[in-house]
Amino acid sequence: MTTLTTPPPVPPSAATRPDGSPDTGTRVKTRDARAGWLFLAPFAFFYALFLIVPTLYMLITSFFNTSLVRPGLGSFAGFANYAEMFGRADFWSAMWHTLQFTLYTTPPLVVLAFVFAVLANRLKRGQWFYRLAFFLPFVLPSATIGLIWVFIFTPGTGLWPTVQGWLGMEPTAVLADPSWAMVGIAIATVWWTIGFNFVLYLAGLQDIPRELYEAAAVDGASPWQQIRSITLPLLSRTTTLVVLLQIIASLKIFDQVYLMTQGGPGISTQVALTQIAAIGFTDNRIGAASAFSVLLFIVIIAIALIRQLFERNQDRSA
Amino acid sequence: MATTTGTTRRNGVSAAAPAAQEPREKTKDSTRAFNVTAAVVLTVFAVLWLLPSLFALKTSLTTNSTAALGAPAILSDLQITFGSYLTLFQAGDIWNWYLSSFITSAVTTVLTVLFASMGGYALSRLRFPGRNLVFLLMILGIMVPAQVLVVPTFQMLDAAGLLNTYWAVIFPQVPAVIALFVFKQFFDGLPRELEEAARIDGAGYWRIYRQVVMPLSGPVVAAMAIVTFVGVWNNLILPLFVLSNPELMTIPVGLATVQGSFGQMFADIQASAVLGALPLVVLYMIFQRRIIEGVAGTGIKG
Repeated sequence: MTTLTTPPPVPPSAATRPDGSPDTGTRVKTRDARAGWLFLAPFAFFYALFLIVPTLYMLITSFFNTSLVRPGLGSFAGFANYAEMFGRADFWSAMWHTLQFTLYTTPPLVVLAFVFAVLANRLKRGQWFYRLAFFLPFVLPSATIGLIWVFIFTPGTGLWPTVQGWLGMEPTAVLADPSWAMVGIAIATVWWTIGFNFVLYLAGLQDIPRELYEAAAVDGASPWQQIRSITLPLLSRTTTLVVLLQIIASLKIFDQVYLMTQGGPGISTQVALTQIAAIGFTDNRIGAASAFSVLLFIVIIAIALIRQLFERNQDRSA
Repeated sequence: MATTTGTTRRNGVSAAAPAAQEPREKTKDSTRAFNVTAAVVLTVFAVLWLLPSLFALKTSLTTNSTAALGAPAILSDLQITFGSYLTLFQAGDIWNWYLSSFITSAVTTVLTVLFASMGGYALSRLRFPGRNLVFLLMILGIMVPAQVLVVPTFQMLDAAGLLNTYWAVIFPQVPAVIALFVFKQFFDGLPRELEEAARIDGAGYWRIYRQVVMPLSGPVVAAMAIVTFVGVWNNLILPLFVLSNPELMTIPVGLATVQGSFGQMFADIQASAVLGALPLVVLYMIFQRRIIEGVAGTGIKG
């Protein structure tokens, strides 16, 4: 192996080359190449097997009548699976519910996380307490969150309808009501994941130099003015990141729906991924499920690309 | 940019001159008032945020019959019983779930940290043909949503005969591209002098990686290890479809069956929710800073 060969004596001038590479001899080059691939091999192996191959397989099967219960790809279907998706009412309703979930969760998750982080950042004491309260739920398994919130929303006797009664409101059977079920899932999700955005904002706030606030205070700016004209604009980069990550995560929602409503009542909370799982694993129709997956995939990649472009732009202007 | 330099300069001047003291008084008052309001508002929200967890904890410590009466009965019941926890420990499923979750999370974490750091080292330090292509492929991989790949992944594992084994949960989660890039970035920031010295002493790349680079990478290894561990522990969708044997179920999959099988035993249900969360609460208490750094630094989101 290459490690057994003694490295060629390095001339001092080469060792101190500014770009840090000690030598450009061909022997070192091939040694570099072989070592590079050896170091990458284990990761690349799993990467190829569990990211590239499934992606290609998904693309291929989306053009075939592949079934879970028959071996092989099945007959060629052309664009039939895609055409079927665009013609199915439940495809559009699943897409709409996914969008609905995104619209319900993104604004509160961004705005509340921003407010909590800005307020927490001003306070000298109790940081650990706020972090515990807001961030700890994010670390917990979705299954725990599901069990807690289904119980809280128990019609009639749950904590939610009870508090509604105390406040003189008409108690709602949140998860059993088609027009409220998605709201219930959104509330549980906001509670669960706000800590993620909270710590991203806290990290962003650390980067704002304190002198800016001090200077503004000297000029007589009120705390509210400081937040509006210093914090808000300087955190715009974090906000973009938070919003885009939020949208991508929302499009991939599966756990909360699976655990809290199973897509019900009726199909009122059926989202893209639960629908894909149903088509694939319940109807055994891999081809159709793949076509749906590819469409969801395209939407997610598009948003991820927007994020990359955005970051590149900001890097350039920074 | 212009305003930034302007204000800092002015700040530098005023800090030296006590003349600026007077107009400050008013802002000082309003700042104090603002901070008090901030503390009150934030504390109200924090308590609100703690309520669901505390309510679940309280329910798990009552009897099933009290819990069935609803929220007012649970809240007004002052007695504490560990009956539900005893029931769960005796039924034994929870031990299997813990074991599965622990094995899959630990093994995935070790493999991910090892392979991602090796790959990150190669991308950071070594120049080899095909490097740019690998780099591009990996960057594309960041965008690929693993959840969407669950159907083809299931089929591949089925074809390989790996369904209902721990490997079915471990292998697909090993290639965490973000971890690879975090390591690469960290290594990019390390000074090269030590490595050069080691190389002149005749050390090969493997020895440099193991004895020079990795010992300097403690914080990033810890952060990546914890983030990976928590992510695998909490993953629902993958084990849900690739594990159907109840003895191999991980905590999330096991908990997902609880709702149906426990029916109206609300105290037992909440106790299992608490037990499923407990290891992560402990982990959070110990590694709070690392977890927050890891999450904020990588932007990994479920």
